[in-house]
Amino acid sequence: MTGFRTGLMAAAAAAALVAGAAGAQAACTITLGAAVSLTGKYSTNGTHTKNGYNLALKLINDKGGVKVGDQMCKLAVKYYDDESTPARGSELAERLIKQDGVKFMLGPYSSGLTKAIAPVTEKYKVPMVEANGASRSLFTKGYKYLFAVLSTSEQYLASAVALAAENAGKMGKKPNQLTMALAIQNDPFSQDIRAGVIDDGKKYGMKVVVDDKLPKDLNDMTTTLTKVRALHPDLFIVSGHAKGAATAIRQMAEMKVDVPMLAMTHCDSAKIIKKFGKAAEYTLCASQWAPTLTYKDDIFGSAMDFAKLFNKTYGYMPPYQAAESAAAVEVFADAFKRAGSTDPQKVRDALAATEMQTFYGNIKFDATGKNVAKPMVLYQVLNGKYVVVAPSKWAAAKPIIPRPKWSERK
Amino acid sequence: MTRKSYHLLAMLALAAIGLAAPWLLPSYLSQFSKLWLFIVLALTWDLMGGQMGYNSFGNVVFFGIGMYATAATQVALYYPLAAYTAAKGGGTEFIFNTSQFFTGLAAGLPVGGLAAAIAALALGLIILGMRGHYFAIATLGLAIAAGELAAGWDLIGAGSGMVTPTPPDSIDTTVLFYYLSLALAALTFLFLAWLYSTRFGLAINAIRDDEDKAEAMGHHTTRNKVVAWVISAFFLGIAGGIFGNLSKFIDPIDVAFNGAEIGVWMILMAILGGKGTLWGPVIGAGVFYIMKELFWTYLLGWQRVALGLLIVIIVVFFPQGIVGWLKERWPGRFGPTAEEMEAADAKGEA
Amino acid sequence: MDNLNLLFAAPILNVQLLLDGLWIGAIFALAAFGMALVWGVMNIINIAQGEFVMLGGYMTLLVVKAGLSPLLGIPFAAVVLFILGWALYRAVIWRIVDADMFISLLATFGISIMMQQLMNEVFGSDVRTAESGLGMNYLFNNQVTVSQIKVLAFVLAFAIGMGLWLFLKKSRLGQAIRATSQNPRAARILGIDTSRVYAATYAINAALCGAAGALVVMAYSIHPYVGLPYTVRSFMIVIMAGLGNLGGVIAAGLGLGAAEQFAGFLLGAEYQLAFVFLLLVAVLVWRQINLARKRQYLK
Repeated sequence: MTGFRTGLMAAAAAAALVAGAAGAQAACTITLGAAVSLTGKYSTNGTHTKNGYNLALKLINDKGGVKVGDQMCKLAVKYYDDESTPARGSELAERLIKQDGVKFMLGPYSSGLTKAIAPVTEKYKVPMVEANGASRSLFTKGYKYLFAVLSTSEQYLASAVALAAENAGKMGKKPNQLTMALAIQNDPFSQDIRAGVIDDGKKYGMKVVVDDKLPKDLNDMTTTLTKVRALHPDLFIVSGHAKGAATAIRQMAEMKVDVPMLAMTHCDSAKIIKKFGKAAEYTLCASQWAPTLTYKDDIFGSAMDFAKLFNKTYGYMPPYQAAESAAAVEVFADAFKRAGSTDPQKVRDALAATEMQTFYGNIKFDATGKNVAKPMVLYQVLNGKYVVVAPSKWAAAKPIIPRPKWSERK
Repeated sequence: MTRKSYHLLAMLALAAIGLAAPWLLPSYLSQFSKLWLFIVLALTWDLMGGQMGYNSFGNVVFFGIGMYATAATQVALYYPLAAYTAAKGGGTEFIFNTSQFFTGLAAGLPVGGLAAAIAALALGLIILGMRGHYFAIATLGLAIAAGELAAGWDLIGAGSGMVTPTPPDSIDTTVLFYYLSLALAALTFLFLAWLYSTRFGLAINAIRDDEDKAEAMGHHTTRNKVVAWVISAFFLGIAGGIFGNLSKFIDPIDVAFNGAEIGVWMILMAILGGKGTLWGPVIGAGVFYIMKELFWTYLLGWQRVALGLLIVIIVVFFPQGIVGWLKERWPGRFGPTAEEMEAADAKGEA
Repeated sequence: MDNLNLLFAAPILNVQLLLDGLWIGAIFALAAFGMALVWGVMNIINIAQGEFVMLGGYMTLLVVKAGLSPLLGIPFAAVVLFILGWALYRAVIWRIVDADMFISLLATFGISIMMQQLMNEVFGSDVRTAESGLGMNYLFNNQVTVSQIKVLAFVLAFAIGMGLWLFLKKSRLGQAIRATSQNPRAARILGIDTSRVYAATYAINAALCGAAGALVVMAYSIHPYVGLPYTVRSFMIVIMAGLGNLGGVIAAGLGLGAAEQFAGFLLGAEYQLAFVFLLLVAVLVWRQINLARKRQYLK
């Protein structure tokens, strides 16, 4: 038995050595750590996240890397698969920091995973720039090493609710007579969206008539849709990552559920236009970013340049998850340059002082670490394209409200 | 050397490793903490599945209950729980100072264990009457339902989950939870070692070997089964409480009531090491955990294929587990066979 | 309670819920036939059941990619899965037929997580659907929607159930399967190649799941991690129906499907799954109480 136990220890020690060797890096390479969801329920968006990181990395390195002090440093990312589970995420963060010796972290996909990882990076004072954790609760804990390039979740559908109120007349009602139906996944991010929508609705005096929490392994929404069809809400809000978006679009078309307004999240990451064509028409989609926005930077060029390059590299148009992930890498690169050092504390201070424009939008962090310089945009699917309809600064068209009834469509 | 001295030596070696790890491998401490907890999971599962023959897929329920009960106690001692979870896991106003954190933990862990034990008592009276795979499937149903119910319960954060209290900076939680995990693993191991040497150990073995006969001989089988489950749940509950604080974020389905992973792993670890033996679950947990970590590190994207393959190989080729295999191969060195044990028992009683 | 009132105010909703329940229930039943067969004949609970369903869906997507009608995916998936089932039996399953049932649970669990990640690598993690090309019917002023592919699934489940029953009753192999399930040793003595019977049983199970998967991808959607709900529901159906009771499997499948829809409607989608699993526990407890009562009579 003791022999066996020695063997065990030998195996553990060997593992330690190998891991230690992997952690050692060449002359000037800055390794960022990232645990992303390559498998499990968030794997679609996890893959978008990883593609975004990789593209930014490649471009920055192709241009010679980042100037830190007086030498040029290449960037690299050490990935692990968190399998979409928070427990795994926090383990991997710990491993990246303690065993792989990573001094800087990129965020995972989803608020739940970010919530699990943030306490770890905070504990070891490792700066993390994250691009996919939008839940407000992340920014109420006084974290000092967490920076988020994206807008927080209560902003996602605020403009959709505002649009409903503005257009209440077209639906033959006053704003306070409007009703909402909510079908929102039961996870930290989506539930924060729900809280935001309910608060916004209250401002106008709207009434919630359906409030279903969708399970995480959802593939059938017919019961919720039956309810929606019976209660005729004016605004139907769906948020359930890529799977929720795809299921809702498909089944609403099948069941011909008529609602004057349908607003949802994750349209582009679910590729609803490509997959469902006409069935996706008139859907309002919250987005962190759009290729038609007028931002630019000197790494990617304009937002459209990024979209084209991404499409050429990975064969599909970038959903905003990929764009914000790429932006997170740019933010790090910028901070390294300004800090002139790879000392985590100095980089952290440089991050806190970030004020820049990227192809993805303006970035400036407030004291809690969230980006306050960039608004959300709202798309509508019109003629098989995402068209920005709000905010008015970028609006390329006026939204069509109410949606035509299914019976009136060709 | 006798079997007994091997046993002692192994225990001493393990204790030495456990106590020295913080100095030898400081950067692996969190992983070691989880390893000790996994040993507790495997040991407590084996009490039911290996020693008593009741294969439970639902022990993870107690793990989850313990996790939530501990965290809820830690918070509720100082702040209203509903406000804490409504802030989606605590805002800046929810600060725990050193003494609050330690008091919370000291109260929370026993509460976690007790809550789990009480749940086991209530559930056991209802479903321990079932046999074989009906019991296995009923417990599977419980495990999944528990996760779904927790995901719907707003007081504990529902689907948004719950963040365990953030400790003040002055406490080195890595080392603290390491020693807590180690102590729990040692306590569980020693308690079970003692338990298996008592008449109660024999009584639950009798249930495994032939429940009807045991009942006919006048054993209170139902009572024994419930007691075993309560013991198993108590240690599991505390393990859950520590695990929650280690993970820092409790998600109802992905962390607390994670039947498809932790729930199954505890079974695998026990089988890998050797069902129905004292050392089996310990060795199984060690081997399994290290393999898992290696797969996750070096086989990115294919780790589950590798794990699946490993599982198939384990159960197909080593259904008796490592310790079972060792015993078959070198019976003299690794413990007596069942017949020898019976003979020894007979001698002891004579 | 609002939801309950709604059902009384608009009774037509009951029809929609019931129909939706029956459609999905029929697919559950299809997967459950296979599970009942494997469980009854080989004493193996196949956890990879849902992954076979998932694989059937991906096979159908291959058919679509080749430019053919996804309806052809039903036989194609069945054939591919039949071969896979046979191969899996020859590689792994034969070693665990005589083992403790628990061993088979874990071995098939291992197979299932392998298949999940394999499909994740091969086909990607997106949610995928195939358009069957069949239309929809809208009844009662579009208060009730009937999707023809779901009706087809329903009819097919019945037809396949019937076919399976006839096959077991009449064909040589079917009789051999039944003989083996009753007493493998006696069957061997009578010259039945039980190993072949087992292989065929496991392969037929996989084929049934494959067909179910083809229907799932047309009527609903699939992704690499879609399997577990189908596995668990097959379990429940088989337990409720009992082994070797094909009619019972259909009835239990449809009943479960309908119960789920109503639970989701009344309690909200978040408690749908909890309800199903508590129902499972309740069914088992009820069975236990009945058994206990019988035991008391014996005393």
